[in-house]
Amino acid sequence: MLLELDSIAVAYRDHQVIHDVSFGLKRGAIGCLLGPSGCGKTTLLRAVAGFEPVLAGRIALAGETVSAPGRLLPPEQRNVGMVFQDFALFPHLTIADNVAFGLRGWARDMRRARVRELLELVGLPEVGGLYPHQLSGGQQQRIALARALAPRPKLLLFDEPFSSLDVELREALAREVRQILKHEGITGILVTHDQLEAFTMADEIGVMHAGRLAQWDSAYNLYHRPAARIVADFIGQGVLLPGVVTDNRHVDTEIGTIRGPVLEQCRPGCRVEVLVRPDDVVQVADDDPSAVPGEIVDKAFRGAQYLYTLRLPSGARVLCLTHSHFDRPVGARMLVRLESEHLVMFPDQTN
Amino acid sequence: MSTAVTDIPLAPPRVPTGRRRRVSAWQTAVVALTLLLALPVLVVLGYLFNPSAEVWAHLANTVLADYVRNSLLLMAGVAVGVLTLGVSTAWLTSTCEFPGRRLFEWALLLPMAIPAYIIAYTYTGMLDFAGPVQSQLRAWFGWSYGDYWFPEVRSLGGAVVMLSLVLYPYVYLLSRAAFLEQSVCVLDVSRTLGAGPWRSFFTVALPLARPAIVTGLTLALMETLADYGTVQYFGVSTFTTGIFRTWFGLGDSAAAAQLAALLMLFVFALILLERWSRRQARYHHTSNRYKALPRYRLQGWRRAGAVLACSLPIVFGFLLPGAQLLQWTLATAGRMVDAEFVELTLNTLMVAGMASLLVLVLALFMAYGRRLHPARSTAFAVRVAAMGYAVPGAVIAVGVMLPFAWLDNTLDGWLRAQFGISTGLLLSGTLAALIFAYAVRFLAVSLNAVEAGLGRIRSSMDDAARSLGLSPGQVLWRVHAPLMRGTLLTALLLVFVDVLKELPATLILRPFNFNTLAVRTFELASDERLADASSAALAIVLAGILPVILLSRSISRSRPGHHHAA
Repeated sequence: MLLELDSIAVAYRDHQVIHDVSFGLKRGAIGCLLGPSGCGKTTLLRAVAGFEPVLAGRIALAGETVSAPGRLLPPEQRNVGMVFQDFALFPHLTIADNVAFGLRGWARDMRRARVRELLELVGLPEVGGLYPHQLSGGQQQRIALARALAPRPKLLLFDEPFSSLDVELREALAREVRQILKHEGITGILVTHDQLEAFTMADEIGVMHAGRLAQWDSAYNLYHRPAARIVADFIGQGVLLPGVVTDNRHVDTEIGTIRGPVLEQCRPGCRVEVLVRPDDVVQVADDDPSAVPGEIVDKAFRGAQYLYTLRLPSGARVLCLTHSHFDRPVGARMLVRLESEHLVMFPDQTN
Repeated sequence: MSTAVTDIPLAPPRVPTGRRRRVSAWQTAVVALTLLLALPVLVVLGYLFNPSAEVWAHLANTVLADYVRNSLLLMAGVAVGVLTLGVSTAWLTSTCEFPGRRLFEWALLLPMAIPAYIIAYTYTGMLDFAGPVQSQLRAWFGWSYGDYWFPEVRSLGGAVVMLSLVLYPYVYLLSRAAFLEQSVCVLDVSRTLGAGPWRSFFTVALPLARPAIVTGLTLALMETLADYGTVQYFGVSTFTTGIFRTWFGLGDSAAAAQLAALLMLFVFALILLERWSRRQARYHHTSNRYKALPRYRLQGWRRAGAVLACSLPIVFGFLLPGAQLLQWTLATAGRMVDAEFVELTLNTLMVAGMASLLVLVLALFMAYGRRLHPARSTAFAVRVAAMGYAVPGAVIAVGVMLPFAWLDNTLDGWLRAQFGISTGLLLSGTLAALIFAYAVRFLAVSLNAVEAGLGRIRSSMDDAARSLGLSPGQVLWRVHAPLMRGTLLTALLLVFVDVLKELPATLILRPFNFNTLAVRTFELASDERLADASSAALAIVLAGILPVILLSRSISRSRPGHHHAA
């Protein structure tokens, strides 16, 4: 493990904002802390960078303890790079000087060669003599990345790196940044509230909620095997539909039966909630015997698909994805059926 | 992962504990520095809480009543003067349109360039019996000595006029800003409800601007209390002249400190007044919608009145005395601008340069310490250190002299007893003591500028530089200092000019035979060689114009909701 966090707690004054967070990141992997604003993800990132001391627990970087209660290796001695939300390019320095900022002590021509190499890596070989304000937001973002990469940090941290860019730019840039990190073999952590960014860039994602790490896993598992209700809520779209356990392999819901491993504590007859994604609910023809009618209460055109919100006879709501030629007005009825690959269930909280 | 924790000792010895220790060192240094800078004021205040009955009785029986009466009268007179001049000109230039308004906006600041004692010398020269005004009157009307009555400049009333003429810009500046910032809504409402300009002014604008006006007034009154040159020359006994008389005339340092302590009480009263009015200000914010207020277009006699009201303070506060100084300088420069004058100027530039640099370094250190460590203790320390600006120079001088002399004597005595060496005076009577006093007095000027400059730099800049391997000190040097070069130069210049003009502390603390332009002006004027004093005085005034230019440029740039309407 290049980076290890063990039961980290962080507090501002008397207010504890991070509780008992542990995770590890292998060399060369890209991790992501994902969560709504105020969940503590940026604080956690700043603790890793060395800007915030930890109240409890331990942060180790390449085997060396860098943070623990009462000790804090200062950020300038950690060799951890950081890319900031506002890019934080130094406005009084040229682009080349910005990139060379962390290369103090390098021989002059090595420094120059490194700057040239990085500007080429981020695809902006011509801008070395310009000043930050002469670049567009996307270009500034690349320069911020080049500057952080220049001293060959052990670990690179990204604090909401794309949030000040146009939406169209974000995904492309996220993919590009990922390629650069992989090419350079850099280990990175990204902080974001945007799932698409997280899915595009990261190998492993930690979903944070209220200062705690709810789940640390791959994007696929977060989406399909959320370990906590909060993760199911936050990642992707979907609803929790009431269901009843029929045996140790099946759960019955209003729109069909799902097969899969049942929670250990549940016996037949036990009431549960089942995660139903929009793609688990399929629209079917009139002659399907297992079909259930739903009233369309909302619809959203997604280009290739329609996303319908349906009210079932019981009053529960589900989301349903159809192809984009299936166009029905709000208020109309359509027949649906559950077609799910696997079962994600949580104990029913209503009783 | 969790199993690995147990293998690792909780405190491996090679883990550097750098930041904690360094930051707390920085914090400790800030607090220590604050204590050092607060020492003069604390020493003087000590005399307040520990009065010597004998000194006290003596002061009370002889001079105290005079000092209190004169100081209060002076403050009352100056208050009326600066409020009249400052508020009226601010209102006219910020809400009315009349010929020359743009010129007046900045020219009304010019009198700030002239220290009160210099304007006092100049007017005395112009208005006394042998001066040009009375001579002309006698020539016109054929009067001779004793035939006519002419007001005596060298009086309490004269001092009030002199101080008002050069101190009103404080009130002008702050109330002008307040008038401009008043949200357009309230004044619009007032006008749509049928209130004319006069009623809008008295019922809406003036009450809304009151906190700012009080702040300006407080600053002017602090300067009034700190003034020594004017009242001394006019023979008005106040606390500052009293401090000098007991210190130099009677050699009674305890009594001087006692008087200084009493003077501090007046200053504290002013600080409380200012705090109180600022607390009121919180309730006065109405709306953030600013737009250029349609100005009242003045016509006919109103227009002439506005032009007159704005010209008079400039003419009497700057142009007339300036012209007189220039005329004297031209007449005496051949004689007065000699090798001694050059040495004087170099001396002055040297102390002002050293003091302003030192103050800048201290201000940077404290402001950056506060940024690094935004704890309550650093914030408090910075505020205490900035208090010196409210304290009169004479008080600071006494507060510097007493502990330095004590230290010198103690050290000398101890060394003599131990080793038979006499060190004499190591600190008191040296440039170090003088520059220390300047640092105490003017740190706030620099600190305000530096804190504002640092505040404009996003904290992500600090973080970025730290993550690229710079220590906090290196961040200050390589990122902040270049980013706020303009601010730093301004801070340097402001303190430089303040030191140049400073009189009372310099008089008390300067090394033997060490003269500055201000001291030389004072000495020549005291010898009634007013014309001879003009070269040095003019040099001070010219330097004093620099910050006025800076100030006028910054206020013209920061006009909320200002549009250049065609």
